[in-house]
Amino acid sequence: MLDWLAHLGRLGLTLIAALGRSGVFLFQSLNGWPRSSEALRLWVYQLYSVGVLSLLIILVSGLFIGMVLGLQGYTILVDFGAEQALGQMVALTLTRELAPVVAALLFAGRAGSALTAEIGLMKATEQLSSMEMIGVDPLRRIVAPRLLAGLVALPLLSLVFAMVGVLGGWLVGVDWLGVDPGAFWSNMQASVSFRGDVVNGLIKSIVFAWVVTWIAVFQGYDLVPTSEGISRATTRTVVYSSLAVLGLDFVLTALMFSNLS
Amino acid sequence: MTESLGIIKNLHFARNDRPIFSGVNFRVRRGKITAVLGPSGTGKTTLLKLLTGQLRADQGDISLFGASVGSLGREALFRMRARIGMLFQSGALFTDMSVYENVAFPLRVHTDLPESMIRDLVLIKLEAVGLRGARYLMPSELSGGMTRRVALARAIALDPELLLYDEPFVGQDPISMGVLVQLIQKLNQVLGLTSVIVSHDISETLAIADYAYVLAGGRVIAEGTPEALQHSDQADVRQFVAGLPDGPVPFHYPALDFAEDLLAQGGAHA
Repeated sequence: MLDWLAHLGRLGLTLIAALGRSGVFLFQSLNGWPRSSEALRLWVYQLYSVGVLSLLIILVSGLFIGMVLGLQGYTILVDFGAEQALGQMVALTLTRELAPVVAALLFAGRAGSALTAEIGLMKATEQLSSMEMIGVDPLRRIVAPRLLAGLVALPLLSLVFAMVGVLGGWLVGVDWLGVDPGAFWSNMQASVSFRGDVVNGLIKSIVFAWVVTWIAVFQGYDLVPTSEGISRATTRTVVYSSLAVLGLDFVLTALMFSNLS
Repeated sequence: MTESLGIIKNLHFARNDRPIFSGVNFRVRRGKITAVLGPSGTGKTTLLKLLTGQLRADQGDISLFGASVGSLGREALFRMRARIGMLFQSGALFTDMSVYENVAFPLRVHTDLPESMIRDLVLIKLEAVGLRGARYLMPSELSGGMTRRVALARAIALDPELLLYDEPFVGQDPISMGVLVQLIQKLNQVLGLTSVIVSHDISETLAIADYAYVLAGGRVIAEGTPEALQHSDQADVRQFVAGLPDGPVPFHYPALDFAEDLLAQGGAHA
């Protein structure tokens, strides 16, 4: 019993210490980030690496999820003769929930794991130490551009995801199953509120972007510099990010949409 | 007495409750080559990391360039490190940059020199290590020895005042080993640098060092000029200098009696 308590205590202490380290890490990375053309170049390159290179998986997933939504929505709504509301259903589901959440999960798997592995390998091969010895802070040179790129890329990817998803829903609902296009678009336009749905979805996605990118770069920077350490940290990035995204999604949904009736 | 560039006094450092250093005193003499010798795992690399503030000491004073390393903030540490060149054991080249860009990196981040001057400087440094012709190669295309030489060119790119070498001779073929030994000596003499070499290649290191420390069991077991160490009658120093398996420094990690261990039955994994 005592052993178990001691173990629990140690676990708690390790967790709190890691949280503290990650907080300091975040502060030191972003504090005084240079506003030079070199910093801009590094940021743009990372934006390409984590954003543009994630575009394909986001486009394909968004399209398929929209198509599935269209198909499932139609089969349910048609029983009530309400298939005209398909556009509304697809758009609201995507903007409020699926686009921010699924895009964040895909981003964690595609870009987050890559960030962890890249920074981890740099640590294992002493590249971060050698950068420190050259007198360059790796937190600013390596971590900050990646952190800021993730922060900008994920919300944009979520928007793309939602748009492609709506297109997928339209393809299946209107083009294939014959829902009236006028009803599809006008119901969508009438029910989706820019402030209430699109902006709230975007806010969710900004929060997820922070969390996922922060977890990814911290796991890379804080790992044990061995091949096993890198593999564990990469797994942790995907697991922690996914859990954090799903948990936070509930909290944010409760805050944003609980007063809608 | 030669002026000191760096001084470590009564250093104590432990990692995961395992003591690495307990009461080490060490001095880096300006303009000289100081060697740190010792068997693997005695914390030679750790000593360099402590000296440059990459690790913090548990106890003791470390000063470098007249400043107390422990009291320096993050910014000040980075400024200080720009005056130091370090050659890592693995080379630690940036894998996403070519040889040329690796050597140009310190120049680009710390100076505003025009591109033409950077090019000249990079070529001079690469010529010094015999790899001017390899400047377009990527680190993945280099052999271990070449990697180390490029890393040396990068370490001297900013003409540092202090050069730290972490196991510079490991994995070098005889030709590049000879060149490297001469290069380290020449760099020190011609450019008036100060060098610290951490190594267990005794003959090469002692051939060029002005002063050497032998580390073992978390302490300095001997120090002195190379001649003094080579003629030392201290048993552990003799064992290390002559490379003998039997002596005061154990070759084997502490274990059960060998015969007993082989014959042990049941719980065979223990």
